[in-house]
Amino acid sequence: MDVRPVGPEALLVDLDGLAAVDAVGAALREALGRGELPGVVDVVPAARTVLVTAPGAPDALAAVRALLEGVDTSAPRGDRDAGSVELPVHYDGEDLELVARDAGCSVDEVVDLHTGATLTVAFGGFAPGFAYLAGLPEALQQPRLDTPRPRIPSGSVGVAGEFGGVYPRTSPGGWRLLGRLTDDAPTLFDPDRDPPALLVPGTTVRFRDAGRR
Amino acid sequence: MNEESRSRELVVTEVGPRALVVDRGRPGWAHIGVPPAGALDGPAHALAQRLVGNPPEAAGLEILLGGLALRASTATTVALTGPPGGLVVRTAARERVAASHQPVHVHAGDVLVVPAPTSGLRGYLAVGGGVAVDPVLGSRSADTLSGLGPAPLEVGTRLPLGPSSSTPPVGTGAIGVSAAPDAVVIRLHLGPRAEWVDDAAGRLRTGTWTVGSTSDRVGVRLEGPALERAEAFRGVELRSEGLVGGAVQVPPDGQPVVFLADHPTTGGYPVVGVVDPAELPAFAQLRPGSSVRFVPLGG
Repeated sequence: MDVRPVGPEALLVDLDGLAAVDAVGAALREALGRGELPGVVDVVPAARTVLVTAPGAPDALAAVRALLEGVDTSAPRGDRDAGSVELPVHYDGEDLELVARDAGCSVDEVVDLHTGATLTVAFGGFAPGFAYLAGLPEALQQPRLDTPRPRIPSGSVGVAGEFGGVYPRTSPGGWRLLGRLTDDAPTLFDPDRDPPALLVPGTTVRFRDAGRR
Repeated sequence: MNEESRSRELVVTEVGPRALVVDRGRPGWAHIGVPPAGALDGPAHALAQRLVGNPPEAAGLEILLGGLALRASTATTVALTGPPGGLVVRTAARERVAASHQPVHVHAGDVLVVPAPTSGLRGYLAVGGGVAVDPVLGSRSADTLSGLGPAPLEVGTRLPLGPSSSTPPVGTGAIGVSAAPDAVVIRLHLGPRAEWVDDAAGRLRTGTWTVGSTSDRVGVRLEGPALERAEAFRGVELRSEGLVGGAVQVPPDGQPVVFLADHPTTGGYPVVGVVDPAELPAFAQLRPGSSVRFVPLGG
């Protein structure tokens, strides 16, 4: 674990894998929930880092550093009651054949691989409600497109690197697209709901083949 | 119709390049991808609220390069802060210019006009009672990146006002106002990824950058000497990681971007340093072509 300052009011914890990120993120969120980190505003886990911010309260970061020293990053993921979600998908994405070719299998096998995996939300970011889903089968771990698309429709289901994801709203993006959520799929982001994001860290996600549109 | 039965609102009758509802933003949601948003020039916004007797969490308007006109449905108090400049109040009978940085009383039916400032970019208008659009995740701020919060103002937009406060305005003495500068020297805390840039401290200390014309509320794009990748990090990709406001990110072309309030919550290019929080509001007012130098600190 390497802790780096990000200006006077934030720090970035460098870690060696998703499991360590999960351990540090969970420890910080739990301490925040218990009111032990006054002044800390954001805890932002990512692929290999956790950012902690304390705007206007730089002294709060000393307590964060002390807490980090006690986190066992080699401990297995704790069982967290973050729930599970099933997302129905029309598998008709623009990159389905590209993904099948790079995976060395048929389109049907890509769908089987994707629906057969149990994914876990590692962290959120990029856009409100977007979640990075860990646990993709290796054959589906494929690079981003060389040229991002300027407009990806909301509900698009894609893969990039070690992660899967679903675009909660129409936006630009470079993920390889496998399909799109059905119209009656659960809403990924609703600012009037608590919590606003459907997919929070620890949530398990399975995709279901909903057939053609 | 008496005063009480009217709805308390402002109606937009003219808009300039852009005017937005802002408050102190919606921090605390970065982990689900929600940018902080909020007034770029926080101190100017806070002063405006104070001048009209609003609490600090009240919402007002951030007005880019003036051009905004609003009709008041009710008598109220307003204040304009940011770069120095006047506020024009048009009544049926006449037109008067009121100074910025002080409370200005307007009557029902008056039209307020915010002209373009002669320096800087963004003015902040506070109204007694605050702009009372519905909050989203605890904030009334528009967010130009994610689209959360109220849309940019358009002709015809009606802005509801909250109940006016019984608190007397604070700080009504003379306030020293100076023109927004067109050259700044900014304290920059090196890190977290300064080692990705070749001689980061040296290059940042000696270079001068110019504010690019594509700068916006997401970030100020600087143009000048390229910050090149250090030998050991050429061709290496950084995995996306959390970002803070004031982060100076270095994309592959080496032209740094200073992230402002509507910044994405994560980014995949190295951050060479972070602008000292006390100096970040200056970036709200830097016009394209302004010059920026850095004083790199620590690591």
